[in-house]
Amino acid sequence: MSRRLSLTQAFVFLLRRDLLLALRNRAEYAMPLLFFVLVITLFPLALGALPELLARIAPGIIWVAALLAAMLSLDSIFRSDFDDGSLEQILLSAHPVAVLVLAKVSAHWLVTGLPLLLVAPLLAEMLGMPAAAQPTLLLTILIGTPILSLIGAIGVALTVGLRKGGIILSLLVLPLYVPVLIFAASATENAAMGFEVSAQIYMLLAFLFLSISLSPWATAAALRMSVS
Amino acid sequence: MFLWFHKLGSPPHFYRIAGKWIPWLSWIFLMLLLAGLYGGLIEAPPDYQQGESYRIIFVHVPAAWMSLFIYVVMAFCGAVIIVWRMKLAEVVLISSAPIGASFTFLALVTGSLWGKPMWGTYWVWDARLTSELILLFLYLGIIGLHNAIEDKRVASRAVAILALVGVVNIPIIHYSVEWWHSLHQGATVTKFDKPSIHWSMLIPLLLMALAFQVYYVLALFQKCRVELLQRERNSKWVEEL
Repeated sequence: MSRRLSLTQAFVFLLRRDLLLALRNRAEYAMPLLFFVLVITLFPLALGALPELLARIAPGIIWVAALLAAMLSLDSIFRSDFDDGSLEQILLSAHPVAVLVLAKVSAHWLVTGLPLLLVAPLLAEMLGMPAAAQPTLLLTILIGTPILSLIGAIGVALTVGLRKGGIILSLLVLPLYVPVLIFAASATENAAMGFEVSAQIYMLLAFLFLSISLSPWATAAALRMSVS
Repeated sequence: MFLWFHKLGSPPHFYRIAGKWIPWLSWIFLMLLLAGLYGGLIEAPPDYQQGESYRIIFVHVPAAWMSLFIYVVMAFCGAVIIVWRMKLAEVVLISSAPIGASFTFLALVTGSLWGKPMWGTYWVWDARLTSELILLFLYLGIIGLHNAIEDKRVASRAVAILALVGVVNIPIIHYSVEWWHSLHQGATVTKFDKPSIHWSMLIPLLLMALAFQVYYVLALFQKCRVELLQRERNSKWVEEL
């Protein structure tokens, strides 16, 4: 092939390819979403369906479930590309790998993170979360889930070459998710009590930009290590 | 000086030097430990509020310091591995991980033993306890990842990346946990930071800290020697031993 892609074209191309693959493989990508709903359903069953209790713990439950659902879907970022060899092609390309990684992570977020935004209001309502807190919940999910995908990508890139990477992956990634969990859950909780939340939102935004700028480099380095 | 440092980087040379240092380090460690324990357990007066049970800080505080210090050492080794691919740094990184994890565990255990008489409970979700616990998970993650990858040179690079990612995250995790703590519950716990600590307690504390440092180097040298022998078992200098 003689035609050379510019960096932007390569980014868009990879993004479209991943989205197309996800579209053809809908069932697999619906699983994390189902898991998210299922985990949240378990809490009222285990703790009793007291409305005050559920409303009190709703932000925490929703965020822990989002964390676990994100964990579950992480493996799909690089797994199939690693198995069929296209990951090697990506690493061999003339473009900076970090940018291509960002394209893959964006595609992953669009198919796994964004759908959480659609079911979260429903679940918040079922758990009896005050209506005033729901915009904040959606905002934290919108800002927080990309961070989960970006940090998770580092973990997947480190473990993609392993046969039993799953359990190691959770050990690597969950401790790094702690700050997101703290700020997102406390923002939602504060909003439910009618307090100011801008501090937490700014912190989450800071984490987002920090991870957008740093995590692709670490992911690229880890991929080179895994594929070599 | 630079040449000496350069030579130290070669596995056979390091193996010999470390072997020579180990007896010396053991004696220094033993003396510092005895002096520190004597000063801490016998010489230092009981605290006017906490009585005798404060004495656990002579183990607890140095262990907590070491748990952070060793992680920084590992991250430094990680940078060296990624930039220079130095074999010795790989060995130092992975040999440090179990030692660091043990110090973290020790800090947690002694902290909760101190907490029982002081706070009336073994565990509170205090900011420091929580971030120390997360640090323990980070250590275990590094050990787990290293064990999971068969090829040890590849494993070292993976662990190097992970250590660097971790060291960027530790301050963030630490401050978010602190922030979370101040948000969720007020200062029910008596504040531990006193404006000044009396020298009769400070000197044994510093002696113990020094003893722990020496112990780290001692344990590190021993683990490094074993790890080097395992990794270089097919090379000539190992056969000659």
